Amino acid sequence: MQANTKQTEHKRNIFLKKIFGSQNFGDLIFERLTLLFAVFVFLLVILMGYEMYIGSKISIEKFGWSFLTNSVWDPVQEIYGALPIIYGTVVSSFLALILSVPLSIGIAIFLSELSPGWLEKPLSFLVELLAGIPSVVYGLWGIFVLVPWIRNDVEPFLSERLGFLPFFRGAPYGFGMLAAVLILSIMVLPIVASISRDILKSVPQSQREAALALGATRWQSTKIVLKDARSGIFGATMLGLGRAVGETMAVTMVIGNRALISPSLFDPAYTMASVIANEFSEATSDMYLSALIQLALVLFVITIFINAFAKLLVWSMERKLGTR
Amino acid sequence: MDIKISVKNLEAFYGKNKVLKNISIDIPRNKVVAIIGPSGCGKSTFLRCLNRMHEVVGGTITGSIQVDGEDLTKTDPVLLRKRLGMVFQKPNPFPTMSIFNNVAAGLRFNGVRNKKILTPIVERSLKQAALWDEVKDNLDDSGVNISGGQQQRLCIARTLAVDPEVILMDEPASALDPISTSKIEELIFELKKNYTIVIVTHNMQQAARVSDSTAFFYMGELIEYDKTTKIFTNPANKQTEDYVTGRFG
Repeated sequence: MQANTKQTEHKRNIFLKKIFGSQNFGDLIFERLTLLFAVFVFLLVILMGYEMYIGSKISIEKFGWSFLTNSVWDPVQEIYGALPIIYGTVVSSFLALILSVPLSIGIAIFLSELSPGWLEKPLSFLVELLAGIPSVVYGLWGIFVLVPWIRNDVEPFLSERLGFLPFFRGAPYGFGMLAAVLILSIMVLPIVASISRDILKSVPQSQREAALALGATRWQSTKIVLKDARSGIFGATMLGLGRAVGETMAVTMVIGNRALISPSLFDPAYTMASVIANEFSEATSDMYLSALIQLALVLFVITIFINAFAKLLVWSMERKLGTR
Repeated sequence: MDIKISVKNLEAFYGKNKVLKNISIDIPRNKVVAIIGPSGCGKSTFLRCLNRMHEVVGGTITGSIQVDGEDLTKTDPVLLRKRLGMVFQKPNPFPTMSIFNNVAAGLRFNGVRNKKILTPIVERSLKQAALWDEVKDNLDDSGVNISGGQQQRLCIARTLAVDPEVILMDEPASALDPISTSKIEELIFELKKNYTIVIVTHNMQQAARVSDSTAFFYMGELIEYDKTTKIFTNPANKQTEDYVTGRFG
């Protein structure tokens, strides 16, 4: 009797092995289930891209590539050229990076290389806290504190001293490119700083000791560490750029929202994310809606490229150093 | 005896934790001193006190250490570390630098930029470290694309390039295979003609093979310090005897 049950069990096991391979059944379900979740993320991205493409079909068919090169954005005439908007996004993001990256790297160096232990933890926490503040709060602060300050102090000062440059001309509105750049740089700072700090910390301690034991100064050993970490820091910068490009609320609240290409930082501008957020509710015609979705598609593609590039860099650096 | 490093009543701390207790030891010039003892006995800490690397990780010391009669605490650590070179347990070449630049790194920290000066020093150092023949055709390759044993000899060459007076070695062969280990040991034999060497090791045969004197550390204390032959054949202390005969540790 007992021999019999054993035999059936054995047969069942052989049967299961035939279907599922040699693996444990539970493990197999676990593996397939998590695989499904992972694939789901991938599908989601493709689906979003596809949906946006379909949604923007009318606009793509009418304007084609001129959507990217035409500088008139006129919903009344139904003419949609996104150049000034793309310009606004690119310029505001890059200027924000130029302001915040040196500062962020300085913060990261201090946190990972120089600060004493008791100071490092609370400071790192504060930096990360900065990254967690909702962007509408930054926007509100921008409207009530930053913009008046720019209007009353910064812009008059700049146009008086540096007015011979085309970047600092025009009426001091407060709202405009300069305000957007400043607020973006504040928002990008904690991301770049905290990721750079992690990257620097992932450089093995033995590298610092190797340098110090050869008679390097603190600055020289930090340079060695920075060199090890350079591609990772560049990746962190790219992630910051990703955030700046996609930032919506705070920018919309302070940039002035006019599709304009002007060299002056005092003039209002517009970014892709702000256009979408601002004009979606007014998009009554199919063409208007389609153009907005096309704008979203452009932003989507740019963001994907930036993020993929950044991840690749960080990943390649970690592999090269063989950390963890 | 010509004393190079003189340590008196050295105590070392990590925070409030005392890791070295009342160590007094004289290290003679152009000799090899081996430091042996079980894990956690403070031998690495002792070594790191000598070139002031102990304070890099936040440690403190009391007592006195004199190098050529000069008080260690009164020296500039940056200058001191050029005189007391260090080789670490795990090979740690700079991954972003070529083999050449790894060896030249210490000189560059000193502000030597001229390639005409650097090139002969790099060659001499690599020869001293018995690595020249293996890498002379690919000096521009990355310092991490060679084997572990070669990396460790590269690190020794890097240390030699700065022309130190003392070489501190912290278990330099513990991460290496037997062939690389014997190469490092031969190297130590060569180097002691010109350098004073302090080597921390886990491997008692290694201590017996390469050193002139041996110090046995246990629980942060110096138990016995004598000629290597005496320590391994006829130690005065029972604990030392138990350790070198493998009865504990």
